[in-house]
Amino acid sequence: MFDWTFVERYAPFFVSGTLMTLFISVFGILLALAVGLVCAGVDTARIPVARQIVRVYIELSRNTPLLVQLYFLYFGLPKLGIVWSAETCAIVGLGFLGGSYMAEAIRGGLEAVPDVQRETAYVLGLSPMQSLSRVVLPQAVSTAVPGVVANVIFLIKESSVVSAIALADVMYMAKDLIGMYYSTYESLFMLVVAYLVILLPVSLFGTWLERRFDYAKR
Amino acid sequence: MQSAEILLQPGVFPRLLQGLWVTVWIAGVSVGASVPVGLLVGWLMTLRNPIVRAVMRVYLDFIRIMPQLALLFLAYYGFARWFNWNLDATGACVLVFVLWGGAELGDLVRGALTSIPKAQYESAYVLGLSPWQTFARVILPQAVRRMLPASVNLATRIVKTTSLAVLLGVVEVIKVGQQIIDVNRFQYPDGTLWVYGAIFFMYFIVCWPLSIVTRRLEKRWANG
Repeated sequence: MFDWTFVERYAPFFVSGTLMTLFISVFGILLALAVGLVCAGVDTARIPVARQIVRVYIELSRNTPLLVQLYFLYFGLPKLGIVWSAETCAIVGLGFLGGSYMAEAIRGGLEAVPDVQRETAYVLGLSPMQSLSRVVLPQAVSTAVPGVVANVIFLIKESSVVSAIALADVMYMAKDLIGMYYSTYESLFMLVVAYLVILLPVSLFGTWLERRFDYAKR
Repeated sequence: MQSAEILLQPGVFPRLLQGLWVTVWIAGVSVGASVPVGLLVGWLMTLRNPIVRAVMRVYLDFIRIMPQLALLFLAYYGFARWFNWNLDATGACVLVFVLWGGAELGDLVRGALTSIPKAQYESAYVLGLSPWQTFARVILPQAVRRMLPASVNLATRIVKTTSLAVLLGVVEVIKVGQQIIDVNRFQYPDGTLWVYGAIFFMYFIVCWPLSIVTRRLEKRWANG
């Protein structure tokens, strides 16, 4: 029933699909982190108008599916003269979706640091920059890391949707091979293996990272 | 800008709403069926039996680590070949969402049940309540408070994830949108922007109230 020679022959397809999934995920996550940092900064610093814009963005991004966001970017925006490649759309889409999740995680970390800490640093004569980098951030990171790690895994999983805008990621390969050769067992097997290979190490690394940054509870 | 008129064409908006109804129906049935499954899974996870524990662990971890779209593929393409079980696309979606929702909810139920202090069980016992009464009157009300915010949040995620049904060929709101775009391709070449924009806001209007409920519950029952 299960054809190993098929697996051997088409494994390279899945490797290239997996690389595409990783490529989109890595850049999407980096963009999401950047967006999240800016949004969390704007929100905690209570910058007037920008703060409201950030709130609207977070609500819009959290309450709509990535697939619809991608369709809008890929099929809708060209009508406004903005033509992006499928790769760019996928990365921007993941950044748009992930940015709000990252912002909430980072903001949660920053808010968890009691004001007394900042005041004490000030009284001790630390500059605002020093108190941020030496006192506030280390504690904020400790609270934010679990959320950020969960978001990273969430975003890698969400990236499976990019096959819908014709990006040859690992989902796309599986669907393609099932369609062409009716090789359901082998393709689904390779699909599951590919995601396990990507996500298990990330998940283990995340757990290690959480312990590494756990100084608040030590 | 005049291509926005595509949304005002007779039949366009009602058809989109019909498509949205399919989406909401799949989500509603899935969320509804996830509740008993989740309660069962959560209860199983609190058992001491090592085999039950191991099975539940594997089930939860597998569901957690696979993207929902991969799970949909496994159900839609895999089950047909493995068990000769020809699920239609809607059936595969509901099955996957119930298995997924049941696993996630089960973990919330487990967390809530184990977080309730032992003293609560013991006091109920001392007061002469039966095990069933203890569960229904003492444990469940406290557990529900603890897990409700995260459960409503899970419902929002299920509603958003039903958008993937279109990739298996379910005629829901996105598919209806594509059909409308195709039919009006010549009359409204820029219709794509508006139709996908409308669908974007439709999802938002369905999910946003759920998010607000989540936040309210989190604030009110933060220390529940």
